[in-house]
Amino acid sequence: MKIIVMMKQVANKDAILRINKEGTWIEEGDLSFEVSESDGYALEEALRVKEKLGGEVIVCSMGPQRVKSVIKDALARGADRAIHVVGDNLGHLSPYAAAGVLAESIREEKADLVLTGLQSDDFGYAQTGVILAELLELPHATIVIEVDVSGEKLRVKRELESGWYQWYSMSTPALLTIQSGISQIRYATLKGIMAAKKKEIKEVTPLADIVSRPSHQKIDKIYLPQKTKQTQLLGNGDAKAGAVELAQKLHTEARVI
Amino acid sequence: MSEGTLVFVEHRNGALNKTSLEAIAAAQSLGSQLQQPISAVLLGSDVGALAPEIAGYDLVKVVTATNDKLAEYTPDGYTDAMERVVRALNPQLVVMPHTYLVRDFAPKLAARFGKSLISDCIRAQVTRGSITFTRRIFLGKLDADVVSDGEPPVFATFQSGAYRPDQAAKGSGAAVESMEVEVGEIRMTPEAPFQEVKQAVDLSKADIIVAVGRGIKSKDNLALAEKLAEALGGDLAASRPICDAEWLPIDRQIGSSGQTVAPKLYVALGISGAIQHLVGMKNSGTIVAINKDPEAPIFDIADYGIVGDLFEAVPVLTEEIKKIKGLS
Repeated sequence: MKIIVMMKQVANKDAILRINKEGTWIEEGDLSFEVSESDGYALEEALRVKEKLGGEVIVCSMGPQRVKSVIKDALARGADRAIHVVGDNLGHLSPYAAAGVLAESIREEKADLVLTGLQSDDFGYAQTGVILAELLELPHATIVIEVDVSGEKLRVKRELESGWYQWYSMSTPALLTIQSGISQIRYATLKGIMAAKKKEIKEVTPLADIVSRPSHQKIDKIYLPQKTKQTQLLGNGDAKAGAVELAQKLHTEARVI
Repeated sequence: MSEGTLVFVEHRNGALNKTSLEAIAAAQSLGSQLQQPISAVLLGSDVGALAPEIAGYDLVKVVTATNDKLAEYTPDGYTDAMERVVRALNPQLVVMPHTYLVRDFAPKLAARFGKSLISDCIRAQVTRGSITFTRRIFLGKLDADVVSDGEPPVFATFQSGAYRPDQAAKGSGAAVESMEVEVGEIRMTPEAPFQEVKQAVDLSKADIIVAVGRGIKSKDNLALAEKLAEALGGDLAASRPICDAEWLPIDRQIGSSGQTVAPKLYVALGISGAIQHLVGMKNSGTIVAINKDPEAPIFDIADYGIVGDLFEAVPVLTEEIKKIKGLS
């Protein structure tokens, strides 16, 4: 079974984000990056399927040279080879354009299964995977929390809202978007890290006419969320003093205790 | 020429999803500011019973798009059907609720029109005839104002809570139009939806909730939160990562995939406040947040906040509350 996992590099979850002078994006110069959380679970799911059925796991990531760290980490965890779609401003593509670039980068691989995370931790569009399925003419399922695959038969458990679930069956080839937290992600072993050095990373250049497709949506400005409430910050940096003050406020002001 | 606003009304076997009313409210608000007629669309094999209910809202018309293949939701079926409806009605704007169902098919629908959705909006504003949509980015740390700069239709989805369901205005009775839609091959087969376990804990009735997030760091540290909950006479709950790690059972999870709660007092310990968590608790009376990250989005909706180490603050808070309760 040939499985392709799409992995996106995003700003580290704990990074302090600074807005650029123009107010249109964040300063990326001094940021630390990591893989978008649900993409890590997509890789783990791919590796588990491969362990069961054999085959090959290919990781595909898009962006400047820094995304090589995501790729190398995936190879160290057990992916067999990688496709790096190289470009500097690809992070700002609309989901439609991004899916277009990715579709052309992996189309010839004719994978049995394409896995993505359910949404990225930066833009959070939650669309690229589904559009990729449309462009590759694959059936898809989103927010998948369990994958049961044998041969061409695929049965997946989808998460619905408010504690409901549903199983869907379809044939491979197919595309699934994977929910976070569905398994225990493996660590890269030292052996894996050494083996990764010999694995192939194919660099591809995105097709210019796809990159320049109209995005139909433009970010005008970004800013800190407007507060809907006036928050009283207590303790002024002293957590213990804040706690004493808080107990009093809950008693006399909010009157909830 | 394209004209009007079309709102997608979600239901499961004829039972309305309440976020659909929020989507109607969104469409009414935007449609009236744009001075455009608003229509609603219902998909299914037989939606006859639901159509009059929707027609009671202030809309120009309700379109029921039917096909036997739409009896159960599938992304293939819904995409084909909605594509037909959108091409037939040719609206400027298509409004949908940002539900798990819409997330599953709407990107595919937008792609058929050569574009993406403006997804998961938390508000929208009309200025001089054009709409500025606001979305949360970076897990809720920042907001982005987004404008559409292409040809219509614009596809937008709204986060639950962006509009209130009771804002959906009733009207004098909209016309109901039925439309047989063609649907192509359906490549996936759904089984019946089910609930994993019967919810053992119903947090929706709790008066006081102490909820823990990633910041609690280890299962052993839960005792700290338990003691606080005990002192307050409240229930213990958690954000998704805690339940994924099985430190607490899933029936204590608050958020879009867990329970929605509105207690008198909600104490968030080490919870950053991703939008999926916030939708589950933002209607709580008094919200307290204790988090080391001053930028954590949870502080945007908190009444009281302590920026600092929860391991320092919580034991003191527990003791102080015990003292107060002992006195009162």
